[in-house]
Amino acid sequence: MKRIENRFENRSEGGFENRSERILENRFEKRFLELKKKNEAGFMPFVVLGDPDFETSFKIMKALIDSGADALELGFAFSDPVADGPTVQEAGQRALKAGSNTLKCLELIKRIRSENNEIPISLLLYGNIVVQHGTDKFYSDCSTAGVDAVLLADVPAEESDEFVKSAKNYGIEPVFIVSPTTEEERLGTIIEKAGAYVYLVGVLGVTGARIEVQNMTVDLVKRIKPKTSLPVLVGFGISSSRNVKNVIEAGADGAIVGSAIVQKIKDNLGNSEKTIEEISDFARELKKATLSARP
Amino acid sequence: MVKKRFGEFGGVFMPETLMAAIDELSDAFYSAIEDKEFNSELESLLKKYVGRPTALTKAENLSRKLGCGIYLKREDLAHTGAHKINNALGQALLAKRMGKKRIIAETGAGQHGTAVATVGAKLGLQTEIYMGDVDIERQKPNVYRMKLQGAKVNPVSSGSKTLKDAINECLRDWTASVETTHYLLGSVLGPAPYPDMVAYFQSIIGKEAKKQFLEETGVLPDSVVACVGGGSNAIGIFREFVEDKEVELLGVEAGGMGIETGKHAARFADPEFGRPGILHGSFTYVLQDKFGQIYNTHSVSAGLDYSAVGPEHVRLRELGRAKYGYATDEQALNAFKMLSEQEGIIPALESAHAVAYVINHASDFKGKQVIINLSGRGDKDIFHVAKETGESIGLVVKK
Repeated sequence: MKRIENRFENRSEGGFENRSERILENRFEKRFLELKKKNEAGFMPFVVLGDPDFETSFKIMKALIDSGADALELGFAFSDPVADGPTVQEAGQRALKAGSNTLKCLELIKRIRSENNEIPISLLLYGNIVVQHGTDKFYSDCSTAGVDAVLLADVPAEESDEFVKSAKNYGIEPVFIVSPTTEEERLGTIIEKAGAYVYLVGVLGVTGARIEVQNMTVDLVKRIKPKTSLPVLVGFGISSSRNVKNVIEAGADGAIVGSAIVQKIKDNLGNSEKTIEEISDFARELKKATLSARP
Repeated sequence: MVKKRFGEFGGVFMPETLMAAIDELSDAFYSAIEDKEFNSELESLLKKYVGRPTALTKAENLSRKLGCGIYLKREDLAHTGAHKINNALGQALLAKRMGKKRIIAETGAGQHGTAVATVGAKLGLQTEIYMGDVDIERQKPNVYRMKLQGAKVNPVSSGSKTLKDAINECLRDWTASVETTHYLLGSVLGPAPYPDMVAYFQSIIGKEAKKQFLEETGVLPDSVVACVGGGSNAIGIFREFVEDKEVELLGVEAGGMGIETGKHAARFADPEFGRPGILHGSFTYVLQDKFGQIYNTHSVSAGLDYSAVGPEHVRLRELGRAKYGYATDEQALNAFKMLSEQEGIIPALESAHAVAYVINHASDFKGKQVIINLSGRGDKDIFHVAKETGESIGLVVKK
């Protein structure tokens, strides 16, 4: 394992001016610069590791990469996912039934990483899983597995110091959520701590497919964009290529689609070929929506 | 003073979307308790609506039988039949103060849900209660009481279908409704300010009990005993005695079918699966597997059937200020019967755990003066107890 030290010193002290001097080791930074050059936005699908089983889950992730995903956001199943709607909660239940635990999830990430060394990988999970693994050990193991960024759904900036410290020790970027209810004062704190990208939750509510992108989302993208040099990715409630187009047009650097993809796993349980076929088609369609929509 | 942590326990582990509402709640609470008008309105309602102070009753027959002095703090006599109303009323007044029109709450035994439905009706707030399917089945009378008072009861069929899952659903609802809604959490759990706020509203129990006991006996009790689910009735009676180091504080968890069976809700008593972790906003003791997946608990009493304990209890235990034991389902059922027969008081199954602990450890209490917090009455439990003990009471409530 390569332990990367002091990579973030410049940033915490002097902001971004030294950015060009350092090597672009983080896959997120690299990928989003490439996209920017091509005038494309990013498409990041979300799936739960081990859903519906570990073998199919591997194939699904591979298919997502092959169908144009610019990054992967991977969830660890948790028994009490309070930030998730029913679709992702059920995915977690399926994964737990398939034997999901922290070690198996890390193994699966390793496997994906050995297939593809370029794709940025971000994790979305709940704080207790990290704490029980041992916070420092968790980030160390993530680094070994090839993870680039970690978002903890129930750890707000106020409670994040210990997690962020360990993350940075091992070269993992801490990701934070900004929501329509995030007040100006907290926004500053969050953006200061955030790495890799800003996860913008455009709606009030838990994860889950919604038909329309709300004005609230568009307003929030416009509010956040000028405040950060990190890519701004919009998630929660993005379920169609039209939704993706809408948020990209509003100025987002990418869209995160979770529940709508996970739903296809549920709809095709027991038929992994069909699952992969449908998810591949859907992913291609979503990626296409990011190509030409930039303002 | 804003209290976010009890030692290293507690904190605010919540999704970002809720943080603004939690900050707002914290500001509102800590300013309200400095406000004379708020306090006098609360005091007046506690007296005239809830019927406080509740009595402190010496359990003469049980005392003779066990060879100690047993006093019962009669929260069963509070309006709606349990201590839950103290907190429900305080938070509902706070919700109005914040301009929220709607309150939501989780409930296990239905006592908190009933209390919330009651104050919702009284104060004109739209009320929705989340309750696990399993709990709805074992607490039918309370479900009907909530509905009678105009509350909507939403069944929760995810996970273990009990209190833990009802809290999950409340948090999800609140995430989507945060602008208009107050989440009226019922125990000393969750993100700050809830543990401190609920303890504040419940601490009237201990204040009254101490005064009443001193008036009657002229001394402080040797022990104060209370059941602990999340732990609000226990903190409510403990807080006033914490500084009186000579008073032993004893919390009683639900031992279910026995610790060794794994079917229980005793976070402190299970050295294998009970340890610090994050659940529902707090860093506290949680029953979980080694990967951090939360265990489904078991208890005959719905109100104690929960995987985590309030962070203030963890701190009191760590400091050695309070001790924690447990009583099994069977012991609680026996205590339920014994108190009914000996004293003419039917305790809630939750409270019966505290009574059971004293009965089972009678030799430790010989010659001592003990206050048991009788946190609620057991009318709601009679169908369930009859079923558990294989008796027929002629009235079968079918689904």
